Amino acid sequence: MTARARLLMFAAAAAVIAVFFAVACTEMPSFGGASHPYGDRAVAAALAHRTANVVSSVNFDLRAFDTLGEESILFGTVLSATLLLRLARDERRRPAASERVLPTTRLFGVILLPVALVVGVYIVAHGQLSPGGGFQGGVVLATALHLGYVAADYRVLEKVRPLAVLDVADSIAAGAFVAMGAAGLAAGGAFLKNVLPLGTFNRITSGGTVPLLNAAVGVEVASGVIVLLAHFLDQAVEITGTDEPTQEDH
Amino acid sequence: MNTPLMAVALAFVVVCATVAVLCREPVRQALVLAAMGLGLSVLFAVLQAPDVALSQLAVGTALTPLLILLTVRKVSRRSAPEPARAAQDPDGPAPGGRPAPRPDGGNEGTGR
Repeated sequence: MTARARLLMFAAAAAVIAVFFAVACTEMPSFGGASHPYGDRAVAAALAHRTANVVSSVNFDLRAFDTLGEESILFGTVLSATLLLRLARDERRRPAASERVLPTTRLFGVILLPVALVVGVYIVAHGQLSPGGGFQGGVVLATALHLGYVAADYRVLEKVRPLAVLDVADSIAAGAFVAMGAAGLAAGGAFLKNVLPLGTFNRITSGGTVPLLNAAVGVEVASGVIVLLAHFLDQAVEITGTDEPTQEDH
Repeated sequence: MNTPLMAVALAFVVVCATVAVLCREPVRQALVLAAMGLGLSVLFAVLQAPDVALSQLAVGTALTPLLILLTVRKVSRRSAPEPARAAQDPDGPAPGGRPAPRPDGGNEGTGR
């Protein structure tokens, strides 16, 4: 296809989308208005299942199947990064050297690492009650661990991230989501149906399957992101090709 | 609703996004992207979407720029010995004609 034909095709498609988008926008409720047709229904459905955080109710109850898709995308990403960034035949691993860190940086890391980990666990555990959830808390947990690299060196980070365990945890958590969906199918007749007792509103155990699915996503995201970052960091820090200079720049 | 803060956050996001597109150097782009992620998460927070603000803060401000910076570090280190070869190549650009890839790739944020 020539550049001209491509441009013409783009212009035609863009014109169609622009017209329909403009027409659709004229029918939309005004910005910041009081009318929220989807919001009203979602809040009612979340309250019926005693889930205080409506967004978590949408993510893990009303549209849990969407979340399964998103979770599978992340799982696939981690899997393909692991596959692509493995040690190739013409590459070798040069163990990272221990490094000196400014005392203030070390102090910053020592104080902030536990705080960040607790914040991550809190965000995952209270996903059904307050803003946050498995995804957000998982990313916080994963990035918190890397304060160990900032405050010490790469060897310390390698000690605090057991990659073999995290690989397995990632897969088990991804499988647990599907297993809970199948359990809903067996017990309630629909995949990912909320079949567990709903509990008391605004308690950490409320929401039926929501806290469980939330925790599964939290474990999957945290371990998946750590594994993903580990492969990127290995490539940037430890793995060198045979044609690359051995002298490392720091 | 907090309209002035919303307007400031929106303007900041638009400016950052434009700068990220116009800026051609990946390391600077990653840093601008992180700033834009921060602006976006403020925007989401004032638009009463704290869940999305948290995601944006964790992924857009911390994770994505970090992955970009690590990739740049790896790629620029691989192409480090290139200027020597380019200087010998008579058809290639003049030795001083193009900016030589810096071996340390401006990795201010990845290393230490």
